Amino acid sequence: MPARFSRLIPEVSEPDWKPSASPELLAKRAKFLRAIREFFYTRDVMEVDTPVLTHAAVTDPHIESLQTQINSGGKSEQFYLNTSPEFYMKRLLAAGSGSIYQLGKVFRNDEQGKLHSPEFTMLEWYRVGFDHHALMSEVDQLMQFLLHTETADRMRFLDVFEQFAQVNPFTATVSQLQACAKLNGIDLSSPDMEKDDWLALILTHLIEPQLGQDRPVFIYDFPASQAALARLHQQDTYITAERFELYYRGIELANGYHELSDSTEQRKRFEQDIQKRSDAGKPIYACDETVLAALAAGLPDCAGVAAGVDRLFMLSEKLEHIQQGQSFISGS
Amino acid sequence: MASYSTNEFKNGLKLMIDGDPYSIVECDFVKPGKGQAFTRVKIRNLKSGRVVERTYKSGDSVEAADVMDTEMQYLYNDGEMWHFMDPNSYEQIAADATAIGDSKQWLKEQDMVEVTLWNGSPIAVVPPNFVVLAVTDTDPGVRGDTSGGGGKPATLETGAVVRVPLFIDIGELVKVDTRSGEYVGRAKD
Repeated sequence: MPARFSRLIPEVSEPDWKPSASPELLAKRAKFLRAIREFFYTRDVMEVDTPVLTHAAVTDPHIESLQTQINSGGKSEQFYLNTSPEFYMKRLLAAGSGSIYQLGKVFRNDEQGKLHSPEFTMLEWYRVGFDHHALMSEVDQLMQFLLHTETADRMRFLDVFEQFAQVNPFTATVSQLQACAKLNGIDLSSPDMEKDDWLALILTHLIEPQLGQDRPVFIYDFPASQAALARLHQQDTYITAERFELYYRGIELANGYHELSDSTEQRKRFEQDIQKRSDAGKPIYACDETVLAALAAGLPDCAGVAAGVDRLFMLSEKLEHIQQGQSFISGS
Repeated sequence: MASYSTNEFKNGLKLMIDGDPYSIVECDFVKPGKGQAFTRVKIRNLKSGRVVERTYKSGDSVEAADVMDTEMQYLYNDGEMWHFMDPNSYEQIAADATAIGDSKQWLKEQDMVEVTLWNGSPIAVVPPNFVVLAVTDTDPGVRGDTSGGGGKPATLETGAVVRVPLFIDIGELVKVDTRSGEYVGRAKD
């Protein structure tokens, strides 16, 4: 080409088409997923794959759904991408599926960081006849199977806060939690928070980085105000939620419940969520009537847990960033 | 006044915090599976250079700082202030010793430098990564020794003192890395 023309052609860099993980790492990921399926196959837990699209966005005040439209019959219908397969899976349980698991993509808006990705692979499973303690034991077995960990520790939410932050999370006032954060060098620029937000701040900034350095640790018996979809019970002088979370090497890996099956109580919690969203000026969604109807029809006594597969894989391969173990960064 | 939401945070973003301009050095998203999300940042105070950690509730907004990095030419020092010129507009500005900080030992007249302006006033000056300066004082050069082993202190025309190889003589030009303050090599005119 004559030189005088070449400068008229704008310099276009070649699009970066390459995956973010190497073929070797992706082969390990495939093996990892296969191991998960094997674990449940030997335990006779059935694999299911429920839809990603749903009519009802999650009402959780701190989780944002992505939305999309589907055109059919000349009408445009509003849909949301699942932030968790929970409600579809509970409908299967109410219909008599027995114990089930699912490996699939879930989507969350406004979440991006070393440990967060707007879409990620979630492993969610439900065990009929289990309570949260029995399910913690099974999660521990999965950890030992996948990551060759030692037997996990179990600590109550109360004990964790008393040990790492020298504060009682049940009786502490907002100003005491504020003082605790300040004492531990957490400099927060948004002082107008409610108690659960202060607890979340202390948990994520002070406690979490120290948790499970040698072996995984379960935190259980959460405050009733953080019950989400777990049952409540009276423990000593406090009402606690039969909920647990799993941490390993300072990373939160799983969240589980002895599942609430009372549809009236569940509706009340959805309504509280919606009120909180409204107070915070966030978009408001109607609650999922289908899952309430399923609970009313009868959810078997069960415990369920959701685990972040990308984070488990990060720990397995000692990766620094969640995206390093994913084939592509969404949209790249 | 313009402001940024925490989900617009990224490295290099300039914010106004407690009346001072800051630049984001590191940024991470922290959120429990159930519960309030936070954005944790490491920020550098553009006036003092100090780096501190801060946490914001995700979704909060922070005022933007009117901070601009501009390429300017260093003109001269009048004993109190350092004077710079915008090569496009020929507009001149003067910076005080606080804004100049440690950069003053690398400032050679006519050199292009990066001046950080906050509301139009200079608050920081970054010299080029490499500068060529004349040696004004050092022990006599050792002839034939080109190994550079050992070394000796040399005072440069701007007042900076750097370690140079033994063969360097007064009047010679040397190239220095201003980030580390280390001698890189001999330079020609």
